[in-house]
Amino acid sequence: MFVVVPFGLLFGVVAMDAGLTLTQTMGMTMLVIAGAAQFTALQMMVDNAGLWLIIAAALAVNLRMAMYSAALVPHLGKAPLWQRALIAYMNFDQTYAVASIAYEQNPEWPVERKVTFFFGVATPIVPTWIAATLVGALIGKAIPTDLGIDFILPITFIALVGPMLRTVPQMIAASVSVAVGLILSGLPSGMGLLIAAACAMAAGAATEIWQEKRSATWL
Amino acid sequence: MAVDAVLVWTVIAILAVGTFLIRFSFLGLIGDRPLPPIVVRLLRFTPVAVLPALVAPQVLWPNATDGQTDPVRMLAALTTLAVGMVTRKVLPAIVAGSAVLIIGLQLSAAG
Repeated sequence: MFVVVPFGLLFGVVAMDAGLTLTQTMGMTMLVIAGAAQFTALQMMVDNAGLWLIIAAALAVNLRMAMYSAALVPHLGKAPLWQRALIAYMNFDQTYAVASIAYEQNPEWPVERKVTFFFGVATPIVPTWIAATLVGALIGKAIPTDLGIDFILPITFIALVGPMLRTVPQMIAASVSVAVGLILSGLPSGMGLLIAAACAMAAGAATEIWQEKRSATWL
Repeated sequence: MAVDAVLVWTVIAILAVGTFLIRFSFLGLIGDRPLPPIVVRLLRFTPVAVLPALVAPQVLWPNATDGQTDPVRMLAALTTLAVGMVTRKVLPAIVAGSAVLIIGLQLSAAG
């Protein structure tokens, strides 16, 4: 769970290296709180992409959280609005993973207990994430830029994707994403990325549907 | 390398609101309505569909070398991918890839 420490550190280092100020780095980490999307926005800014393409790419990375939001409705949908808003702000990979497992195991918990549990999980993680970013940003200022830090950002993305490649549809989606991304890399920054992502999602979903149909006919 | 301050703050503001709205969507606004199965299916592929296209051009044509393909960066990328797929863990992959990158760059600078 405390992957947030190295990840926050890394974001701080890379953001400062990309040319953000300390205030901007911390502002982004506190307001957005979504590691992969923050790294995406950084890469797009370094690539000189236009504003709306930066936003579209970073939000696309975050779309999976709509699923988390939907998955929490049966458990937290009856909590007061302000509590749901606060939970939404802190609803990211780590908190969602821990909370959803606990809710599955304890369906009898009343909604108050479920809300308390979520805040209990999130309360240590959020300040840790922010503090780790701050430390990383301060370290980042001191690191010479010729050590190859520029490439830590691509390495981070690859490291995020590698463990996700567990099934054939995911591998196909990633391969289509790479191929279309490279073919369209001559387009203005970010444009090719969005087209590649759309193709990859369609390819992944189509492969999955095809696999399900095939295994159904075997039964 | 400085990034335009207005652009950065605009990105931060819109991204903050947009990310919150995505997280708040069902919990706060749409309520207890199930997502269409095809939407759930597509959403599950978003990270694996977006990130490879973002990174692939950087691996082949890095900014830092003005677009010249660099064997060290390429090797670091492949190492990261291999370790990530084998261990199924993010951090070992970052550590292994960074190690190859830093050692490789030092060696190629020395050689």
